[in-house]
Amino acid sequence: MKATLEKETTNNHPVREEYVAPSVNIFETKEGYVMQAEMPGVGKDGLEITLEGNEITITGRRIPEIVAGEALFRERDNSDFRRVFELDPAIDTAKISAKIEQGVLTVTLPKSERVKPRKITVD
Amino acid sequence: MKLIRWHRPELSAWPGFGRISNLREEIDRLIEAPLSELARTSRLLSGWTPLLDLHEDKDNFVVKIELPGMKKEDIDVSLHDGSLSVSGERKSDEKFEGADVYCSERFFGHFQRTLTLPAAVAVDKIKAQYKDGVLTITLPKAEEGKPKQIDVQIG
Repeated sequence: MKATLEKETTNNHPVREEYVAPSVNIFETKEGYVMQAEMPGVGKDGLEITLEGNEITITGRRIPEIVAGEALFRERDNSDFRRVFELDPAIDTAKISAKIEQGVLTVTLPKSERVKPRKITVD
Repeated sequence: MKLIRWHRPELSAWPGFGRISNLREEIDRLIEAPLSELARTSRLLSGWTPLLDLHEDKDNFVVKIELPGMKKEDIDVSLHDGSLSVSGERKSDEKFEGADVYCSERFFGHFQRTLTLPAAVAVDKIKAQYKDGVLTITLPKAEEGKPKQIDVQIG
């Protein structure tokens, strides 16, 4: 009985990476899309943005915190952030830019020139 | 003009089935959702409650509170009768006011968190730092609150 229990406990803790999805806001303007993702505790060095096919993946790794003493109260999650989004084909992937300010990642995804609304002058 | 297929009312499925399968999905979702996901749901119901941690070591209490995307000037930290209060307001971006919104998960507006500290702190030595969207408040314990070691001579 004891052996089974032990086996179960070891199996219940597989080594894997755990992520939480950051809260995001996405806006669309004439020029393109702007995405804001909340990643508290993530600095510029912990950011990774990858484009693959028509998908964009944002990953934010928190700087490991070393706090002396014991925790009296814990609500915060120490998992890293990750989320995948599908890209609108109208986005010019070569012009995507990103910045992080006080834990909020802002990704600017401009639309390519050919899909932007424009006015045609009549001769 | 709209073209909508006309449904004969008596042929539509019994509504109970849909409701049961919805309930089933809801239960599955609750079982599979990690705990943090549930915390998020309760956050939805109660507005913005920034998450915080409280640590204690020999000399200090350390409070860490997640406040991504704020301005330093918009955060207020105050201590009153041994309870620490952090409040402020996160303002939404005005430049996106007319834009189409695809996804809106972030909270804006006023927030307040208050916690009672377990022991007295040296009010004049409290320090706060705001970095990467996390506010860290270090509150050194007052001398009278620190555990003292007394040597007792046994005769």
